[in-house]
Amino acid sequence: PASGGHSLLARISTHFTAFKAAALIQRWYRRYMARLETRRCCTWRIFQSIEYAGQQDHVKLHDFFSYLVDHFTPNSNHESEYELDYESIEVPDNYTGPRLSFPLLPNHATALVEAFRLKQQLHARYVLNLLHETRKHLVQLPNINRVSTCYSEEITVCGDLHGQLDDLIFIFHKNGLPSPERAYVFNGDFVDRGKESVEILMILFAFMLVYPKEFRLNRGNHEDHMVNLRYGLTKEVMHKYKTHGKKILKILQDVFCWLHLATLVDEKVLILHGGVSDMPDLELLAKLDRHKVLTTEVVYEEAEGEAACEREGRAGSCPGAGSAPWAPPPGLPRGHRASRSSSIPCSCGPPWGPGAGRCRQQAGPPRAGRRGAPCPPRQKQAGKPGAPAAHSGGLEAGEPWPETISWSFQVVDILWSDPMAQEGCKANTVRGGGCYFGPSVTEQLLQKYNLQFLIRSHERKPEGYEFCHRRKVLTIFSASNYYEVGSNRGAYVKLGPALTPYIVQYQANKETHRLTMRQRISRVEESALRSLWEKLFASSLDLLGEFKKHDADKTGLITLSAWAEAVESVLHLGLPWRMLKPQLVNSSTDNTLEYKSWLEDLAKEQLSRENIQSSLLETLYRNRPNLEAIFRITDSDHSGFISLDEFRQTWKLFSSHMNIDITDDCICDLARSIDLNRDGHIDINEFLEAFRIVEQSSTEGDTSDCPQATNTDNSGCSKPSKR
Amino acid sequence: MWRINLWEGTELVVAEFHKKIKDAFEVFDHEANNTVDVREIRTIIRSLGCCPSEGELHDLIVEIEEEEPTGYIRFEKFLPVMTKVLLEKRYRPIPEDILLRSFEVLDPSKRGFLTKEELIKYMTEEGEPFSQEEMEEMLSAAIDPESNSIRYKDYIAMMVVDDG
Repeated sequence: PASGGHSLLARISTHFTAFKAAALIQRWYRRYMARLETRRCCTWRIFQSIEYAGQQDHVKLHDFFSYLVDHFTPNSNHESEYELDYESIEVPDNYTGPRLSFPLLPNHATALVEAFRLKQQLHARYVLNLLHETRKHLVQLPNINRVSTCYSEEITVCGDLHGQLDDLIFIFHKNGLPSPERAYVFNGDFVDRGKESVEILMILFAFMLVYPKEFRLNRGNHEDHMVNLRYGLTKEVMHKYKTHGKKILKILQDVFCWLHLATLVDEKVLILHGGVSDMPDLELLAKLDRHKVLTTEVVYEEAEGEAACEREGRAGSCPGAGSAPWAPPPGLPRGHRASRSSSIPCSCGPPWGPGAGRCRQQAGPPRAGRRGAPCPPRQKQAGKPGAPAAHSGGLEAGEPWPETISWSFQVVDILWSDPMAQEGCKANTVRGGGCYFGPSVTEQLLQKYNLQFLIRSHERKPEGYEFCHRRKVLTIFSASNYYEVGSNRGAYVKLGPALTPYIVQYQANKETHRLTMRQRISRVEESALRSLWEKLFASSLDLLGEFKKHDADKTGLITLSAWAEAVESVLHLGLPWRMLKPQLVNSSTDNTLEYKSWLEDLAKEQLSRENIQSSLLETLYRNRPNLEAIFRITDSDHSGFISLDEFRQTWKLFSSHMNIDITDDCICDLARSIDLNRDGHIDINEFLEAFRIVEQSSTEGDTSDCPQATNTDNSGCSKPSKR
Repeated sequence: MWRINLWEGTELVVAEFHKKIKDAFEVFDHEANNTVDVREIRTIIRSLGCCPSEGELHDLIVEIEEEEPTGYIRFEKFLPVMTKVLLEKRYRPIPEDILLRSFEVLDPSKRGFLTKEELIKYMTEEGEPFSQEEMEEMLSAAIDPESNSIRYKDYIAMMVVDDG
């Protein structure tokens, strides 16, 4: 009997026409494109889940960070005023960068753009001066900024920039510099992740001072010193301004708190960074003391909170009274969001334990009682040195919760929420703050305040923008190529008097235009896969354990299906592993995989020189993004060094938080092994290098001596024992 | 005995298909609520190894959509239909030699290539015509800019390797 192929061939030779041939080709081609599209989506998902997983990690570590900050940062009792004394800072004669004088003129601001385009750096004195003037200006402004199209003919709204100066320059180039006829609103998240956050801030603040009526800035969730610690701004400032960085960070912290929370155009279009909740209260928002909201990080307040609960006797809002925990149990991936709407048992264990925390009801259905157990964002403290953080402005033990708590939520909601397609409103467990709001919430808001639509940012979109909720919500995102060259476009939106949104898209990297879709996708995909490889490698031991569970007969083989299950159960990324299999598993005979050799291949990819089998190092490697932040906090005087003792203390805390079993001896050994030049101090390079973190930007890392090998030889330091 | 094994075998196969389908669906389920935009369903079906024509897709979608189309496809409806498609091995991919033969039909004088104009003409006027976007995308990868033509044998070889 002829195989299917044969008879098809026969039919073709006799009945083929151009029509049929074309149809075949088209069919084949469309399938090819569909597979490309799938790869693109998978890549996107990889980046997102790794990022979100990182964010959850972050939430989990937050109480540890808070504790560190409280105990390691010197008392900021003199937060009274900013004795900036920038005037005493000398600018050397050989300084060729831009110079500013106040009051600023338009050409100063333009000169700044040009100077930064030429990669010049603004001297610390001018930075401080500018920030000082900025703060003076912002203090007089209201929480909600009102703009009218009567004065400027058009208003351009830009979304997240995240330190990508190229995009800002591109926008000014394509759309024109700010002017009285050309108003701009920048909708938050100017900083972090990209490498030129400082420059962006300088430009934005300068234009704001020059055109106060036409140039506005909304606060985003990244305009927040706690977030900056981890996501890059702090590092960038300290790197660029070694002497005065600390001062700059201090005043920046304050400036961020004074930014607008929202902008209203013609009383019809509301612009804010994240989103809204189902209890929007613009009147309250306009009245509250925005300066008090130092950071909108979600806070764990176990010990304090529980105690407060007991005092208040608020059974309803206490942990364990049937409400669900605020933070997702560790490791729940984004993909499983929907299933979390049922209540999860609240584990309020000892302080510092993962999962313990102030409870905030998490509802799928009706959100009554969402405010049941308020968890106020961190606010300015009354400066009690060494005391456990009093996280709400002026809340004393035993006092009833003041009104101020509820308005903090308004701010958190505005900066962190995301729209969703489903109806309703539920806690945004992925971000750890704000909520997911459905179409009817938007509708409710628009009706209540007689608005036409909402513009927000906060989420990256492949096309740089996205409408949802029946075109009532527009997300605008201005950082193009956010993950990698070719990964997404940026966009900005223009509003004229008719308030019809007109969107302009771009991609600030010229390279991408010349690549075909296929090439664009493979480059981005490569980058995503690299990140994924790293994650897999970091969990090698756990993976081996899981694989063995699926291999009861000890054949050394597991099915690909078992592989997918095992990987998901270890990594918790919620990724479609079967779709990714071709890129992650080199070859497999039939449907089985030799897992040991697969893991070995993984190690070969990642390994620079050493045998990193120890569980401790793997854990550290997995928490790599946090290590830098930890270093920066521990290095409280921003000297660039931490003492061995500080390191040990920090490490003990960290490991108890993360439930890592590690002996004192191990920590001592680790500390000693890290101090490469034996001066009793550890600088950040030693810190990072010791954990074999090679920053992507520097490729010289490989040529340096392998630290641990050297140490093992010289100091006789023992490695932590294998699990 | 062999009857029991057969039954078990089918169950396993179906279970495996279910997982495959779920994974593919999840890639496009942007809100993690077990629905995808109907426009993405074509991509999903194709990503599962099927190679249907536009017409066949249209019929399939009619089966999968709600009685009153919402613009969304629910996983509960998608799963059984797609499982059946996979079990019945419908819409098999086109083998390389057939593809080559199709190009050759469009190149009766056997030059080994098609000019840009010819390709455009066939793809946009015959069969299930390409949209302008599809045409541009194909041209960008297929056309050799120097000769302004597509050497289809090389093109196929390149695409197939890429497909992995």
